[in-house]
Amino acid sequence: MLFFVARRLLYLVPVLIAVSVLTFVIASLLPGDLAYVILGDQATPENIAALRHDMGLDQPIWLRYLGWLWHILQGDFGRSFRTGQTVLQAVSERIPVSFELMILAELIGLAIGVPLAIACAAKAGSAFDRFMTGSAFGMLSVPTFLSAILLIYLFAVELRLLPATGYVPFTEDPVANLRFMVLPALTLGLAEWPGIMRVLRSDMIAALQEDYIALAKAKGLKPSRILFVHALKPSSLTLVTITGINIGRLIGGAVIVESIFALPGIGRLLVGAIYTRDLIILQGVVLLVAAGFVIMNFIVDMLYALLDPRIRHGHA
Amino acid sequence: MSGALLSVENVMVDLPTPRGNLRAVDHVDLAVGAGRTLGIVGESGCGKTMLSRAILQLLPKKAKLSGRVMFDGQDLTGLSAEKLRKLRGRSLAVVFQDPMTSLNPVLTIGTQLIETIQEHLELDLAQARQRSIELLAAVGIPAPEQRLAQYPHQLSGGMRQRVAIAVALSCEPQLLIADEPTTALDVTIQAQILDLLAREQQRRHMAMIIITHDLGVVAGRTDEVAVMYAGRVVERAPTPALFKRMRMPYTEALLAALPKLDVAPHTPLPAISGRPPDPTRPLKGCSFSPRCRYSAGRCTTEKPQLSPAETQEHVYACFHPIAAGAGA
Repeated sequence: MLFFVARRLLYLVPVLIAVSVLTFVIASLLPGDLAYVILGDQATPENIAALRHDMGLDQPIWLRYLGWLWHILQGDFGRSFRTGQTVLQAVSERIPVSFELMILAELIGLAIGVPLAIACAAKAGSAFDRFMTGSAFGMLSVPTFLSAILLIYLFAVELRLLPATGYVPFTEDPVANLRFMVLPALTLGLAEWPGIMRVLRSDMIAALQEDYIALAKAKGLKPSRILFVHALKPSSLTLVTITGINIGRLIGGAVIVESIFALPGIGRLLVGAIYTRDLIILQGVVLLVAAGFVIMNFIVDMLYALLDPRIRHGHA
Repeated sequence: MSGALLSVENVMVDLPTPRGNLRAVDHVDLAVGAGRTLGIVGESGCGKTMLSRAILQLLPKKAKLSGRVMFDGQDLTGLSAEKLRKLRGRSLAVVFQDPMTSLNPVLTIGTQLIETIQEHLELDLAQARQRSIELLAAVGIPAPEQRLAQYPHQLSGGMRQRVAIAVALSCEPQLLIADEPTTALDVTIQAQILDLLAREQQRRHMAMIIITHDLGVVAGRTDEVAVMYAGRVVERAPTPALFKRMRMPYTEALLAALPKLDVAPHTPLPAISGRPPDPTRPLKGCSFSPRCRYSAGRCTTEKPQLSPAETQEHVYACFHPIAAGAGA
């Protein structure tokens, strides 16, 4: 097992290097010279040339990349030329918001999706199953900006139960924090459950056809044990995968939802950086988010091994 | 037939298919006494597995069952799901064909044994564990204690089938149904598994049904043999009587299809030509008539019924039974 973990960790190195190259190249390809952005359109060509030289922008791209990477390896992701804030400061300020949103959204998605999937698989083909599968398909096609607005209308405008926008850190006032988080998390969770439900349902229906389920029945096991232990465990691999992908995606912030509900998360940081051409912040944040995504996938791989002994022992 | 542990009475299984109704099991009567062994023989698709599922009441949801399955004095077809569940694994156990797929790949051997024991017997975890170790040792698995923590994929096919047998034996069932228990295994392992089943059957004095396509498997290991073809029992006899003088041409053909060791190299294997009839299009006459070399006259227009040979125990359904001295 230790060998398995070590090998997977080793795989991460080339992936992370590739991610850093791509991030750097894409940010460099964006139109607009950084020196020009900083100095504004009133700057003289001499000033711009001087600043470009100071920032090393006149060097070849591979040299600039190596310099950037060298600093990152020392923990220096650069700093915003606008606010003076370092990338790490900006990200660590925003990440708790996006992280909390991501956790809550996934919990809501799983809490709705998993029980529905199990219920549908147990009664596959029934009216309930067909209704829920249809509903999931319908929900899948509702964009988050629409459900966000509908939820705001219902809970904030009509019922006046929850605030529509705003944010209070959890450490300041947990109750107020959760009240602000409910609607955005619900919006994302409502978008997550249909995928979770459909994947788990079809995997479980397939598992329920297996010989070992027939044997479990022939052993006289309780229906609940057959469903939750014998069928759910071998069916949960794809569920783990899509949950991992969802989480990875939400690490980068939910740009639309964070914007609608005015949450100061990573998504809004990125959008802001793009608007203000804050390339250093943009590069740094994209790299961190991509690294988070890769690490999330590593965790998913580890969970696979935990769930399926055949992967652990290198059989599959 | 009265006093039998299990008696299958006039059982029919119908499966709706897109091509029409499929009668998988057709008017089958069978009985097994306590401690006795019955072999059910027939080629693939003849309804043997459906019959075993009908006995266990584990037919596909859409299947329709009629007739009675009397087990230990009660009709299984009328029992509630909960009562059936208490019987399955406890009094009625089964070993499936393919040990590669019949054990859950993500649960340890120990879990799969212990859960069965704890479901039916009042034992705590330590006792159930101890019993599991004893069972694994009894079915010939070395280092049984270490096996409990292992997963099915870490064991060979033969070992997995031993585990499946241990699971089946775990609650001292009265009847064990072994559905093609050796078909998926290497030839060298087959005899070992069959001997193991026979030994445990004797020791525990349980009744056993061995389902197989191989007459060689039932010879010498069963008290009685029922030969099935196209959903029906076409010949049934005490094993020695059957092998001494079989009446049904299909039984003879099955026996002839067994590979023999004493023939010259490159001799073609005598196969039964043709295929079993399409079960959604039942024939008017004898189902075997299109493939039967004795077929003549009313064979294609009238269904032969089971009738006794020289003893009441030996019955066959054929208009042109093999005469004494002829055939195999």
